[in-house]
Amino acid sequence: MAADARATASDAPPISVRGLVKRYGDVTAVAGVDLTVEAGDVYGYLGPNGAGKTTVLRMLLGLIRPTSGEVRVFGRDPQSDPVGALRGVAGFVEAPKFYPYMTGRKNLELLADLDGGDARSRIGEALDIVELTERAKHKVGGYSHGMRQRLGVAAALLRNPQLLLLDEPATGLDPAGMRDMRALVARLSQAGTTVLLSSHLLNEVEELCNRVAIVRTGTFVFEGRLDELRASMGGDWRLRTTDDVRALAVLAEAPGITNPRADGLEVRFDASEAAVEALSVRLVEAGLAIRALAPHAAALEDLFFSLTEGDANAGAVQGPGAAGDPEGASGDPESAAGNPESAAGDLENAAGDPAGPSATPGEDA
Amino acid sequence: MVGLRTVYAWEIRKLLRQKRTYIGVALAIGFPALFVIALSLQTGEPDDIAFGRYVRESGLAIPPVMLIFGSIWLFPLITSLVAGDIVAAEDHNGTLKTILTRSVGRGRVFTAKVLAALTYALFALFLMGIVALIGGVLMSGFHPLTTLSGTTVSSKKALLLLVVCFGIYFLPLIAVASIALLLSTLTHNSAGSVVGALAISILLQLVAILPGLESLQPYLLPNQFNAWQGLLRTPADWAPVIRAAWVCALYAAPCLAWAAWSFSRRDVTGG
Ligand SMILES: Nc1ncnc2c1ncn2[C@@H]1O[C@H](COP(=O)(O)OP(=O)(O)O)[C@@H](O)[C@H]1O
Ligand SMILES: [Mg+2]
Repeated sequence: MAADARATASDAPPISVRGLVKRYGDVTAVAGVDLTVEAGDVYGYLGPNGAGKTTVLRMLLGLIRPTSGEVRVFGRDPQSDPVGALRGVAGFVEAPKFYPYMTGRKNLELLADLDGGDARSRIGEALDIVELTERAKHKVGGYSHGMRQRLGVAAALLRNPQLLLLDEPATGLDPAGMRDMRALVARLSQAGTTVLLSSHLLNEVEELCNRVAIVRTGTFVFEGRLDELRASMGGDWRLRTTDDVRALAVLAEAPGITNPRADGLEVRFDASEAAVEALSVRLVEAGLAIRALAPHAAALEDLFFSLTEGDANAGAVQGPGAAGDPEGASGDPESAAGNPESAAGDLENAAGDPAGPSATPGEDA
Repeated sequence: MVGLRTVYAWEIRKLLRQKRTYIGVALAIGFPALFVIALSLQTGEPDDIAFGRYVRESGLAIPPVMLIFGSIWLFPLITSLVAGDIVAAEDHNGTLKTILTRSVGRGRVFTAKVLAALTYALFALFLMGIVALIGGVLMSGFHPLTTLSGTTVSSKKALLLLVVCFGIYFLPLIAVASIALLLSTLTHNSAGSVVGALAISILLQLVAILPGLESLQPYLLPNQFNAWQGLLRTPADWAPVIRAAWVCALYAAPCLAWAAWSFSRRDVTGG
């Protein structure tokens, strides 16, 4: 079974979605999404609560029927050929759910039997990876949220997937759990697994993903490589040198540098990544020692909020790969005002995570 | 794709691990046991129902009496207790998304659930029969049984006939199970489906005794619960048995088809 799963993967992309729409009554959860995930990608599907992330994943998994549009998973339609489309695919939407009256191990045995093949032989290893071996003999009914989340990952690993779909996998995990989850995703990706990861946490996507789609109320406001996104936003940079006055002079003359300004102990300016590379050489040539030269950390976050809150500027920062949705970009004030909670929640999350951006995947592997 | 047998085996294992399964089992054991105990503590007999007046002549008369009592609510309840829950429980636990994202199609999952619910009903029915028989034989002995025609059949032949009678009694239970499965699939609510299926089978009994509807009676579900009695006559009357077979199929098939269609197309949004 695993062998023919590898065979189908070679030609069709893991995920190909065209003009996907899902309406629930008068609520449009997904409003025309085009999405291609190539083999090897770690694709971040980023957006605030209610943006339609889960709904897209449900359609990929064949759990719900699209209102219109086309979904292909390894070239197959999850509606007409669910078993074929999901061969080599694993993952979960929202919180993973199990039979509370059975033990963790029994639940995995059930799922392994429904997978067929040699899935049963992977149970022990999967439990080890998510560190649930000790608790596997207890009923799932007594598991904490984090343990269920980890059991969900173990259940996905049983399928030895080439494509892993994860819906906000860090939700409800403590900082250590989040770090482990991210380390695992990074490791699976290095081992060749394609990953589609939905998230409302910018730092999670920044840390793990090479491509990103930023969604707002069912449509893309940006789609492309993360480095393209950074480049396209004409980033806000900060610089620390041994001599700020001379640094400002160099900045004023350097090409592609705008709006240089002193900001406390450092100098801030706007520039593209390429301009910054040239600048670093100029600074050294001018005899200045560079203590720090980095993108202003909050810049991408500001951009994320401006995009997802439908800021009028959003159109200006669409990357080269952007799906180009005029409606989404033009930003209607109503939906911007409609979601203040989720934006605040994101900020809190980003700030409250001590493992945060400094955690490197794999360091504890 | 994973075989039906594997999915069915897990449906049975799931049933074995849930408390509600044992409520029906306890009813199937407790009801005939209490009946026999009550009979042995007093002197009269329930002679207003068929076979009731023979309960002290032969223990073989107890199972048929149980079948007659059980058709009112006991067996519809035991059957729908599981059939009404078996799909809705997945909604309640949010586990549909868990099992439907493995290597098994929806049709197979649904078929396995139907078979598991029917297995349970059949098991509970025969369990009750065995308890009733053991209790009856302990109380009144293993003696020849007087049929509805007043003739007598040997105890061995009576036992064989009873097994067939229980099989025939299973036909209307298939219909009840199908109604419960349909409600379970459509409502996503276990308690509602169990109560709903029970209410429907009781309502049909009321319809059956409405004046003016007598001509309809042979085609209503409650009558099919009496079809087995044709076999305990001399000569055996197979007409009600044959009617039970197709009438029950007419109830079960559309319910199952509708449920299967709904299950295979529904949006799995919960969980
Ligand atoms: N079953 C449903 N019935 C009605 N509306 C729904 C349903 N599921 C999702 N929605 C709506 O669709 C939108 C997108 O939801 P969802 O995909 O869960 O977003 P996300 O996962 O990005 O938070 C929300 O407005 C939500 O209220
Ligand atoms: Mg979601």
